[in-house]
Amino acid sequence: MHDFGAREADRSVVRDKLKVLLVDEHADRARSLAQTLEQAGCQVVAQLVGPVDLHAALRASQPDLVIVDMDSPDRDILEDMRRIHAERPRPIVMFVEQEDSDSIRSAVRAGVAAYVVKGANPERIRPILEVACARFEEYQALRSELDKVRTTLADRKSVDRAKGILMEKRGMSEEEAFRTLRSMAMDQGKRLGEVARHVISAADLI
Amino acid sequence: MGPEARDRQRNDASAEPRLGGPVEKASLRIGFVPLSDCAPIVIAKERGFFRQEGLEVRLSREVSWASVRDKVAAGALDAAQMLAPMPLAATLGIGGISMPMCTGLCLDLGGNAITLSRALYERIAAVAPASLAERPRRANALKALIDEDRAAGRPPLRFGIVFPASGHDLELRYWLASAGIDPDRDVELRVVPPPLMVARLLDGSLDGYCVGEPWNTLARAHGAGHTIVTKQELWGHSPEKVLGVSQEWLDAHPNTHQALLRALLRAGRWIDAPERRQEVAHVIAGESFVGAPVEVVSVSLTEGLSGEPASEGDPSFHVFHRSAAAHPWKSHGLWILSQMLRWGFIEKPIHLRSVVDAVYRPELHRLAAGEVGLPAPECDEKLEGSHDGPWILEAASAPIAMGSDRFFDGRRFDPDDVIAYLEGFPVSSMRVRIDELFELNRR
Repeated sequence: MHDFGAREADRSVVRDKLKVLLVDEHADRARSLAQTLEQAGCQVVAQLVGPVDLHAALRASQPDLVIVDMDSPDRDILEDMRRIHAERPRPIVMFVEQEDSDSIRSAVRAGVAAYVVKGANPERIRPILEVACARFEEYQALRSELDKVRTTLADRKSVDRAKGILMEKRGMSEEEAFRTLRSMAMDQGKRLGEVARHVISAADLI
Repeated sequence: MGPEARDRQRNDASAEPRLGGPVEKASLRIGFVPLSDCAPIVIAKERGFFRQEGLEVRLSREVSWASVRDKVAAGALDAAQMLAPMPLAATLGIGGISMPMCTGLCLDLGGNAITLSRALYERIAAVAPASLAERPRRANALKALIDEDRAAGRPPLRFGIVFPASGHDLELRYWLASAGIDPDRDVELRVVPPPLMVARLLDGSLDGYCVGEPWNTLARAHGAGHTIVTKQELWGHSPEKVLGVSQEWLDAHPNTHQALLRALLRAGRWIDAPERRQEVAHVIAGESFVGAPVEVVSVSLTEGLSGEPASEGDPSFHVFHRSAAAHPWKSHGLWILSQMLRWGFIEKPIHLRSVVDAVYRPELHRLAAGEVGLPAPECDEKLEGSHDGPWILEAASAPIAMGSDRFFDGRRFDPDDVIAYLEGFPVSSMRVRIDELFELNRR
């Protein structure tokens, strides 16, 4: 039991080192939020105020999470996650000046992001950040899984359909139809799915 | 109607909205971004076109496109000036959020340009001066420089865009790729807020960018760069900004939305008159709107881009009303979707027609135009790229004088054959399998 408890504690120490990059144009506000974040057990790896090179800062500081002012002009840069974070996507949390609970609730419902309200106490901030990270990881995992499944499914569907066409129109057996498709693909240097689609397309014209 | 127009009309009468009655909400917050094409929204407010419709509008100056979109999604803004691809992107869940949005009005056509840093422009001038004399300018000379840089082990050139999958992004990619430059591998594209673009050109952290006005004119004014090609040249009379609302908001406020469209149609017509452009520039240049010198703002509104001839047959660089500018053509929406697919912004197969039907609402524009007494197209799409010069759209409540919709590489975009169009590009980075897309769109 004790061992188990100790391991749990170790893990939470590791988790405590949540590295945060903070983007805010207002230096005073950024400083006080950074303080709150440190109290909440986060490590603020960089604080950006004013028009600095966000791309370079992200590369240099490698944060786990980015917290940005809802009204910062840098938000559009962070939108470009696909390119900036090609090697490692990161969750983004927005913070707002005042709690306008209605618009925050609908923003979160719309999937905008998690929100931190300025002046929120450390106990409240920590769970929000953790949930943001967890949700983000789930989403990433789900997406790569889906990509794999979709590719194989689509291939199989097109090939099956093209086989059906060849069997019906050319009186081929299933095996013959498949071999025909495969040699067409080899001859043309194209993917099997692509050749299958051409067959379907041609059949549609008749 | 010429066969090349291929204009189609909705036959389903039930699809035409039947609206009328008082506005559901009179006090509105509308978002805009400090760019020259905030003009219709600002003028509608300043010249009383909103008030004339019984609307009390507060304008909200937004500094990022992400916040425009998120505030519309969250209901903090009722409607906003949006990048034309934005309602499509939000509906498809590309980027930060996933929320159905739509547009019933295009705010302007044209207005962007690609600027190269002075250093890069001079490199091109040194090796291929003839390429700078032709119009529109192609990126072939740039391609040769990129190859040379790579062979010499120099870092890739960096280009600024305004937002991922914005018109600017898609236009820059189209131009680069037409010369065989892969925008994802051969150069580095990065998002930079427009007001910082010129500074980044000057400090050498950008080699070029695609942006709206006045930021191209400003680069020339500072001697920081040269405009190389305009949006009008890349694709004549192509959509730039739209009035975006959430589907949820539209469902709850159909009459308010129509009142907004009427006010903005009147504002667009008012702005488009050449004799008023100077006055428009004075109004929008102020600190509460664009916040740039009036002489810089007025350039793109009055003369095209200074020193750079506008594309042939199109005297104006920035169109707000003529050429059925306000009509949200479904063929525009489908072209945007084609490029989002081409560059991998769309990661799973979509049914193109369903998406564009939900997001692009030309019937709402048609209704509003009728009420204001302006002609409107009776069709929802056209064969883009099939008109090299001025033409007359006859399938309209009254014939409309239209401008060229030519693509600079001469390609045509048939909204009925998006997949063949996509297959015709040697450079692309699709993340959707074309066979899957084909399967889904057969019906």
